[in-house]
Amino acid sequence: MSGSLNMIGYGLAAVGPGIGIGLIFAAYINGVARQPEAQGRLQSIAILGFALAEALAIIGIALAFVL
Amino acid sequence: MTIAGSLVSAAGEEGFVPPGPGSFDLPAVFSVGGVDVTKPMLLLVLAAVVVFGFFYAAARRQAMVPGKLQYAGEALYSSVRNGLGRDIIGSKDFAPFVPYLVALFFFILVNNWFGSIPFIQFPTFSRASMAYALAGLSWVIYNGVGVRRHGLGGYLKLQTVPGGVHGPILALIIPLEFFSNLVVRPITLALRLFANMFAGHILALLFATGGEYLLIHGATLVKPVGILAWVLAILIAFLELLVQFLQAYVFTLLNAMYISGALADEH
Repeated sequence: MSGSLNMIGYGLAAVGPGIGIGLIFAAYINGVARQPEAQGRLQSIAILGFALAEALAIIGIALAFVL
Repeated sequence: MTIAGSLVSAAGEEGFVPPGPGSFDLPAVFSVGGVDVTKPMLLLVLAAVVVFGFFYAAARRQAMVPGKLQYAGEALYSSVRNGLGRDIIGSKDFAPFVPYLVALFFFILVNNWFGSIPFIQFPTFSRASMAYALAGLSWVIYNGVGVRRHGLGGYLKLQTVPGGVHGPILALIIPLEFFSNLVVRPITLALRLFANMFAGHILALLFATGGEYLLIHGATLVKPVGILAWVLAILIAFLELLVQFLQAYVFTLLNAMYISGALADEH
């Protein structure tokens, strides 16, 4: 079997951010469902949380190529 | 050799060479006094010229009833000024930072969108040094603003000691908070932008070159996969447009939040 351990590492590293982003947007959808007027205020928080959680997955794939 | 490998190299080629970090080392366009000028460097300058030119042209006439260009410039400027400046930093001291935030947001946005514009197709922040330079500037600004308002000791205390924490646990918390707030922040800021642009560009390269390889060098059964790879390349290109905008927005948003945190009073 040949291949790169980097990619296995990236695959494992993508589990956490995947769950995290799912939780963030679940909370956002719940919040907007309960109070639709809050959509504007909740949207910036949701986008911020998404970018912070996604950063870890993106660092994973970038370093999997570079290292 | 794997099954996939034997299917693909039916013609006996040496195999597919996937894109990697080497694909980002672009050759020099021309040389000035021994310094090579490469395409990302030119793109940086082009983005600065475009952003400056747009806002200069939009603000030049300053008519009471705005024309279309002035209206667009005002709408874009006020969306950053209000959404990112006033709402995050607070209406009391957001005014000096608005030029920085507006320039930063549109500079990063134009540079990112260079990755999707035909014939340019290279997001300049996929070169890591450029992202780190921006993060370094951001570090200087938010720390400088904090030191100017609170003094060096007061600012360090604000950043490292959370409110309401006393006693020996401070020995653990202070180095952790110092490291997290003053060392790791610029690194993650730059790494987030760089890695997103890098990964997006690699995805586009992979689907395009992989599809070409499958179509031309693959066994007949595999050729439709090449077409599928090209369809996916188009879909990924749309995703990349969104990601590029989002990364510019998040970089500027985090900058505003760090400035706001540096200016905050003691709780």
